[in-house]
Amino acid sequence: MEKDHAALAEQFNANEPRVNWHDETLWWVRQKRDRMMRQVPDWELLRETASQIKQNVLDHLGDYLEQFEKKALEHGVIVHWATDAHEHNVIVHDILKKHGVDRIVKSKSMLTEECHLNEYLGKQGVEVVDTDLGERVVQLAGEPPSHIVLPCIHKKKEEIGDLFHEHLGTPEGMADPQYLTRAAREHLREKFLTRRIAMTGVNFAVAETGEFVVCTNEGNADMGAHLSDVHIACMGMEKIIPERKHLGVFLRLLARSATGQPVTTYSSHFCKPRPGQEMHIVIVDNGRSVQLGREDFRNSLKCIRCGACMNTCPVYRRSGGHSYHSAIAGPIGSILAPNLDMKKYADLPFASTLCGSCSNVCPVKIDIHVQLYKWRQVLAEAGYVPATKKSGMKIMAGTLSSPALYRMAGKAARWALKHTPFVIDNRLNPWYKQREMPAAPEQSFREWYRQRAGKGKPQASSGKPDTTGNPQQDPA
Amino acid sequence: MNSREKILAAVKQHNSGTASLPELAPLYYREEDPLTAFRTVLEFIGGHLVEVSSPAALPEALQKTYPGAGRIVSVLPALRDVAAPVAAEADPHSFENVDVAVLAGRFGVAENGAVWITEEEMIHRALPFICTQLALVLPAGAIVSTMHDAYEKIGAAEQGFGVFIAGPSKTSDIEQSLVLGAHGPKGMTVFLVKEG
Repeated sequence: MEKDHAALAEQFNANEPRVNWHDETLWWVRQKRDRMMRQVPDWELLRETASQIKQNVLDHLGDYLEQFEKKALEHGVIVHWATDAHEHNVIVHDILKKHGVDRIVKSKSMLTEECHLNEYLGKQGVEVVDTDLGERVVQLAGEPPSHIVLPCIHKKKEEIGDLFHEHLGTPEGMADPQYLTRAAREHLREKFLTRRIAMTGVNFAVAETGEFVVCTNEGNADMGAHLSDVHIACMGMEKIIPERKHLGVFLRLLARSATGQPVTTYSSHFCKPRPGQEMHIVIVDNGRSVQLGREDFRNSLKCIRCGACMNTCPVYRRSGGHSYHSAIAGPIGSILAPNLDMKKYADLPFASTLCGSCSNVCPVKIDIHVQLYKWRQVLAEAGYVPATKKSGMKIMAGTLSSPALYRMAGKAARWALKHTPFVIDNRLNPWYKQREMPAAPEQSFREWYRQRAGKGKPQASSGKPDTTGNPQQDPA
Repeated sequence: MNSREKILAAVKQHNSGTASLPELAPLYYREEDPLTAFRTVLEFIGGHLVEVSSPAALPEALQKTYPGAGRIVSVLPALRDVAAPVAAEADPHSFENVDVAVLAGRFGVAENGAVWITEEEMIHRALPFICTQLALVLPAGAIVSTMHDAYEKIGAAEQGFGVFIAGPSKTSDIEQSLVLGAHGPKGMTVFLVKEG
């Protein structure tokens, strides 16, 4: 059986300084996002507006897709439709075959990760060079990206230096980011200049105009597309937005939420192929129409792939992107993945504390933590939750719903914590892996309250801080 | 049924809601001093701003900004003395060794330091990306407050390609260390030209 999130997180947790560094780096990105967000007047209104636009899109997706296709065709763009990942991969490969091309460049596209395009094309003898620096790094390492915006956020510069030494011939031990970036620039520029077909993702596709927008900081999507004979852009069908003016809303939100920048360096609007160029758009369903029909989960399709939910997530920051064993990691990945395969991704909705920080930062206001909770019910119902977890949950539910049982369990736990701590703090209980034992209180709140009530009316507060550890009295 | 029909049928089966589109008007705001705001953000994201007193002073401003530059190209006829013209029929790969590309922008955006430029101004789409230094020329006063104003200005124009460019090409992929000049320009300077 493949390892689940808990097992993979344990691997990541073996190196404690690395975990702390990963945690702090992502939290720093989250703080940059906060600073940027505070500079925008009406940030909350902006989020609400974006969420409402996306709601409208989900309610009229079919019409918008047709409108988009019609305009794109008028502009001389070739439009393809793929029901699933395999069909998407075949469509792309057919275009390459038609042009007799077996070497291409590709800028960042989480959709092609989701479809495992590189793997598929590799088996057909096609060399795909990922041109985003972070993606190139993980590609050279033979790994998938660990973050949708920061693909190699889990790697130390020394490791990248070693990879570049091996593959690009940089001096051994050279780990200066400036130097390594320059080396990658030279290495990839040669690819841009020699490859005839370039692939890009799509951030937004406008139904009204038939144009699509690609956002990058590096300029790699543009370098690929504008120097190629053939440009293939792949999009999940939920990337549609109704009108051009709505781009204003989403471009204001995307980079601020993602990396704490006012906007990405390049927001490129592709409308028509340049003279002599061939432009393809592949519109992909791959489970999205199913998700659209799941009332509780449909608004997960509002996602604009900014990664803010990952940067803020206490579990993601400490378990690393690879522990999610899915193309899209973190909280949003955990509500998208079970839609594709409930069995394979049944563990992901449990990889959360349900703290709600993800929902608070989401620029399109997806109720991510609520959906994580709801997926747990659906997965348990469908029989995809391990028996131990399920029986534990059942006992918990039974205990919580019976006051007498709850009181008895509380008493027993306090007694056990005090007299037989090994019953709880042992290797069989994963909760205690990285935790200290608390001191067991002598009595429950209920017992304490009854005792106080027995003494008559509560006394007026002295106004001094309460050092007894008991709750402050209400100064009635 | 082909894939297109299958997808559209599946999607339309779930077109149950009736959410309408929200108004964007409440999101607009006026930047009191758009130029200062634009300059502040542009410098924050690694770009530069040079104010030029008149169109006649632009060649000198360029020479001062890029001393010792090798190949300088421009689509602006007024810069013939300092920059080579851009031939429409040229192979875009031939711009690989361009040191400085001087192009006209349409307008700047105060809230994020971006400049809007379309295919018409660049002739070759690759040009603003493949050059080592990008110089964008804007008329003074062509700064709007927000992206909402920007799209209002763009309107329904049907350009083949258009792009907001905000600063030099950059990456922070290696341990979040910012490096300017990932694949595209290592520097981006906006020349704001006053009417002569």
